Amino acid sequence: MNEEIILAGFGGQGILFAGKVLAYCGLIDEKEVSWLPSYGPEMRGGTANCSVCVSDEPIGSPLVLNPSLMLAMNLPSYDKFINSVKPGGKAFIDSTMVEEKSDRTDIDCFYISATQLATDNELNGMANIILLGKMIKETSLFSLETVRKAMEKSIPPRKANMLDLNMKAIEIGMNY
Amino acid sequence: MERNLMKGNEALAEAAIRAGCKCFFGYPITPQTELSAYMAKRMEKAGGVFLQAESEIAAINMVLGAAATGVRAMTSSSSPGISLKSEGISYIAGSDLPCVIINVQRGGPGLGGIQPSQADYWQATKALGHGDFHLLVYAPASVQEMINMLTKAFDLADEYRMPAMILADGLLGQMMEPVTFPEIKANVVEKPWATNGHQFKRKHNIVNSLYLQPDGLQKTVQDRFVRYEDIKKKHSEAELYKTEDADIVVVAYGATARVAKSAVNKAREAGIKAGLIRPMTLWPFPEKQIVEGTKAASDVLVVEMSMGQMVDDVKLSLECSKPVHFFGRTGGVIPKPTEIFDEIIKIGGAK
Repeated sequence: MNEEIILAGFGGQGILFAGKVLAYCGLIDEKEVSWLPSYGPEMRGGTANCSVCVSDEPIGSPLVLNPSLMLAMNLPSYDKFINSVKPGGKAFIDSTMVEEKSDRTDIDCFYISATQLATDNELNGMANIILLGKMIKETSLFSLETVRKAMEKSIPPRKANMLDLNMKAIEIGMNY
Repeated sequence: MERNLMKGNEALAEAAIRAGCKCFFGYPITPQTELSAYMAKRMEKAGGVFLQAESEIAAINMVLGAAATGVRAMTSSSSPGISLKSEGISYIAGSDLPCVIINVQRGGPGLGGIQPSQADYWQATKALGHGDFHLLVYAPASVQEMINMLTKAFDLADEYRMPAMILADGLLGQMMEPVTFPEIKANVVEKPWATNGHQFKRKHNIVNSLYLQPDGLQKTVQDRFVRYEDIKKKHSEAELYKTEDADIVVVAYGATARVAKSAVNKAREAGIKAGLIRPMTLWPFPEKQIVEGTKAASDVLVVEMSMGQMVDDVKLSLECSKPVHFFGRTGGVIPKPTEIFDEIIKIGGAK
């Protein structure tokens, strides 16, 4: 396994959290992992993104330039990264937030109305996790069991009640 | 041992506490702030002191005071903040006090930017303040190595009575990687020189950096340099990667070394015999390892996130015995593996 992943969206959409769940999945499956956030002023309401690497080999540069997997939750992020996806890669796009469709034929694009789905299922703020569920389904990177363990590690103890809701969001994504 | 994910900044803080650091004096600055925040949360529970000082200058002088009493003390900052601390660091060196200083580098000069940089190499290794002195300078390249080097930094600082620095950068500080915390046996070094309470049981100690008699001052400096020679002999470290048969050897440290390693692997795949030397201590500089690792090489390529600073030390180590090329990015721009690969090709192609 050697996946280089970019997750991107507005600050507050849970981009860094979704990346953290992925990184923990890799940790639990005893892979080499790295998680690198964009930091600084862009986190406050601007665009946020993070690079996650999951590999069987030690990670070189943790900064992902050409992702094999990309998750975009707003138009600026989509515009910024869609053309950087490696040929053969996969892009997961929140179609509630991004109306455009890519004309690239060398990558697989999945359009999921994640924000709308979250609202419909009373899972506001979990569009990120719905997209993550779809990514895990389409890539078979990790088992549901691994994802659940990763969630347990990523959710702070004082928010433990969020675990089942997050897992519900994963399932919605997987079944989309 | 359980692997956990941790940010570089937080791992440094946790490692310091486990190494027996009892006093942390900080002042927030991006991209280092998580370190102070972690200390604020954890230090008191660990039986130590966390204090957010009124300025960087205050923080470093608090470190001087705490270190003088014999406890393990630390401060951390990022480039502009380290410049502010430089007066205090010179005083600490002049007073022969051990402590650890962390620099999570960002782009400069001036306020510069907040993205990763390695432009403080000269400052850290040549002149972190006025006067004849050195710091031990460690350059970690992973979050796990930050933990390991921090423990070593405290141990050697105590042993040689001198300040030690962890020279990291924003990328290492901000990234999360799997880490394990080894059972740390903090070296307990006797500190008979410490200025702590003794109830008149011995002659009082003095910690001072003022020597008005030139020959007296000369002697303290010369004594210090005798210790420096010992450190140079025993404690320089470097990682040699695929250098045995390498025609082109890349020299890079810290986060840049990770990018360089990807480029070296790519070059090997393309049939070019490339290797990597990664200095792990910047002072003492691993001169011997540079010579050893470039034995087979016709060319050396130094890569840094600066306009070229460590390249001077590589040239000095090699004494002009072979061409030393340089590739750098600065201002917070991180070099790409493909850029370094292209440089390797350019040098190799000239043959």
